[in-house]
This record gives sequence, structure tokens and C-alpha cells, in this order.
Amino acid sequence: MHELSITQSLVYAVLECTGERPVTGVNLRIGPLSGVLPDAMRFCFDIVSAGTSLAGAQLKIDEPKGQARCRSCGTEFELEDLILLCPCGSADVEVLSGRELMVMSVEVA
Amino acid sequence: MCTTCGCGDETNTRVSTLDGTQPILEHQHPHEHEHPHPHEHPHTHEHPHTHEHQPVTITLEQNLLAKNDLLAARNRGWLAGRGIRALNVMSSPGAGKTTLLVRTLTDLGGQLQAGVIEGDQETSLDADRIRAVGRPVIQINTGAGCHLDADMLQRGLDALDPQPGSTVFVENVGNLVCPALFDLGETAKVVIISVTEGDDKPQKYPHMFMAADLVIVNKSDLLPYVDFDVDDCLRQIRQINPRADFLVLSATTGDGLAAWYDWLDGSTSRSDSLTESLSDAH
Ligand SMILES: Nc1nc2c(ncn2[C@@H]2O[C@H](COP(=O)(O)OP(=O)(O)O)[C@@H](O)[C@H]2O)c(=O)[nH]1
Ligand SMILES: [Mg+2]
Ligand SMILES: [Zn+2]
Ligand SMILES: [Zn+2]
Ligand SMILES: [Zn+2]
Ligand SMILES: [Zn+2]
Ligand SMILES: [Zn+2]
Repeated sequence: MHELSITQSLVYAVLECTGERPVTGVNLRIGPLSGVLPDAMRFCFDIVSAGTSLAGAQLKIDEPKGQARCRSCGTEFELEDLILLCPCGSADVEVLSGRELMVMSVEVA
Repeated sequence: MCTTCGCGDETNTRVSTLDGTQPILEHQHPHEHEHPHPHEHPHTHEHPHTHEHQPVTITLEQNLLAKNDLLAARNRGWLAGRGIRALNVMSSPGAGKTTLLVRTLTDLGGQLQAGVIEGDQETSLDADRIRAVGRPVIQINTGAGCHLDADMLQRGLDALDPQPGSTVFVENVGNLVCPALFDLGETAKVVIISVTEGDDKPQKYPHMFMAADLVIVNKSDLLPYVDFDVDDCLRQIRQINPRADFLVLSATTGDGLAAWYDWLDGSTSRSDSLTESLSDAH
């Protein structure tokens, strides 16, 4: 489960910035094309944060929709999953967003 | 998981020596991170009073794979500086990665100066198969870890010490999910599926196929016996990745291998433009 190592990166990235201050909230943004399952992140977060100053922090995950632009007809459209197909039938598509795997901000007490 | 720090180096990764005798570099904390500390009040005051520590929002806006990506960029620079090409070979367990590598190294002999880095959770069986054909090989055992990351590749390259201008095949841990997320700094990603796995793999594991530079359908000798539609498989791949190269071959009968050797030949020169386009992007 790669969410485990990614959650560990998350905890360290936060600790690097917050030091010993107790963290009460962590705000993530995880796009549908990131390859990471938000539910698996939630599950791992409780395990990985235990015993650190992030323990018990509320994990909020923003899940934006992906956006793509067709290089053939110029249409911009929403991506549900990784099937990159324009409504016009072209597969020559540029992904504009959806790959986000970011820690946006944290709340410290 | 490491009991010292419980760190993301979950696993007691073990990197072998070239002669395969013993693992060197037990988990040594090469990574730069702070170990978590329990919250302690830095100030020395009694606590009969109630003071609120002001809640604050701190903006981070940081990519969670930033650390791995940084190490991958370092590997990419290290490889480019020596003119070394690293091919990250990925598949489900049993698709034929090791078989194809052994066959390739045997067939091409002195025409291809190459070494191998083998990633497996346990055992050095695959490294032994490579060593048996007389090529330098390093085994990385990831323990509970289900993928290689850029830090492991760097340690593998240190141990392998490949010649400038040579090729390094990196056999990733058998898994079509997370190896796609962890950039190693490789020159190209090669994804293998075998015809016994079913032709819906690209749809089921889109991240892997999206990241591929080359997709190989292996075990073509078994096509008459299984329900695997090569054209349909290619169509699925094109939907998620219009630019990947595509080859059908059998690592055991040798059918289709000539095209794979041509690809290896062509991607030597291609690696230059690839490195250029990558450094242009940064
Ligand atoms: N019929 C057939 N079997 C193959 C072919 N390539 C590999 N195999 C067999 O598939 C099994 C797994 O191969 P291996 O190279 O160990 O897979 P890996 O886990 O991806 O490294 C072995 O029994 C191989 O002999 C092929 O082209 N045709
Ligand atoms: Mg193998
Ligand atoms: Zn279109
Ligand atoms: Zn550790
Ligand atoms: Zn550590
Ligand atoms: Zn106080
Ligand atoms: Zn993994």
C-alpha cells in the first residue's frame, strides 16, 4: 500500500514545518489522477500520526475534479478517471489538472 | 517498519554487494528528515493559569512526493552526466521481467554493456539468474515495501557502480500500482504484461500505462491458448497514453525480440533528447 509511505512523507513534511507545536488540522488536496485513494490516506494517517504532535489532528481532503483540453478541437472537459478521451473522439488530450497530491496547509494550536 | 523512528523507510531495505554475498547498508537513515518528537512545552512555567496558544493556519502547498521527486531528479542528473541509460522495468509478478532480461543479456552479449538492479521484497533468486549469465547485478530487498523509490535506486547505483555509457536495467518489485507513482529518475519506463493476465490490464491499472514509454506484451507463444485480444489491448493503451511504444514478443521462444533489440538500440540516441527535454522543462 503506497499510501502508507506517502502518508509518512506527509507527517514528516508537516513536522519539518511545525516542529513541536500540536497540530490540530491537516488540509490535503488529492486529485482523481494522483493514483492515491483518499480513504486509504485517512486510514494510514491515524496509524502514522500516532505518537507524534499530529496525533488526533483532523484530516481534511479536498478532492477536485480533473480538467483536460483536447488538442484536436480545443474543448475543455472534466475528467472522471484516467480515460483521456475528448467527447469529439480524439485521444490527443492534455491533462490540465487532477494529478494533485499536495499538503495545502496545517492548523497548529 | 523501522522501530527506531517508524519512518517511511518502512522496511529495512537491504542492498546487496556485487558478489551477492551479504547485504550492505542495513537501514541507515540516509534520508533527511526529523524524527517526530512528542509535544513538550519549551517554556518553563507552572500551569495553574489557562493560556490559549493561538491557533494558526500555516500554508505549505507542498507536493507529497516532493522528496522522492528531488532524489529522482538527482539520479537523473547523475545518470545523464555519465551517459548511462536506466530502464525501469515494471509488471505484475510473473509477467516475465527476469526472463526477458536474462534472454536479452545472453543474446546481445558484448554488444550491450549492461548491469542490472533487481528489486524484490525478499530473496535474491532473480539476481542469481542474472549473475549466472555473467553480468553485474545488485539485489535490493524491499521487505514489506511494494516498490522501489528514488533513494533505493541511488543506493543500488552506488553499489553497482555502472560504467559510463552503459545501460542499467532496473527490475522493479512485481506490482502494477505504486511503482508508477515513484519516479526513480530513470531514462524510460518499460511496462510488461503477459497474455495470461487478461487484456484488460491497461484499464485496471491506468497509472502504470499512462507513465509507460514502452509497453511489451510478453508470452505471445501462448496467444493461441488464451483469450487475449492484442488489438483491443493496444486500443486501451492508446486511450490513456497515445505516445507509448508497443511490442508483442515471447521471451522464451524469441519471437518478436528483434523489435525489442531495435528499440534498445534506438533509445540510446533517444535518451539524449529525452534528457534535454527534461532539463528544458526545469
Ligand atoms: N510461455 C512463456 N512463458 C514465459 C515467457 N516469459 C516468461 N515466462 C515464464 O513465466 C514465469 C515467470 O517469469 P519471470 O521472468 O520470473 O517473471 P517476473 O516475475 O516478471 O520476473 C517463468 O516460469 C517463465 O519461464 C514467455 O514468453 N512465454
Ligand atoms: Mg523477476
Ligand atoms: Zn476534441
Ligand atoms: Zn528508521
Ligand atoms: Zn527515518
Ligand atoms: Zn503553556
Ligand atoms: Zn508500493
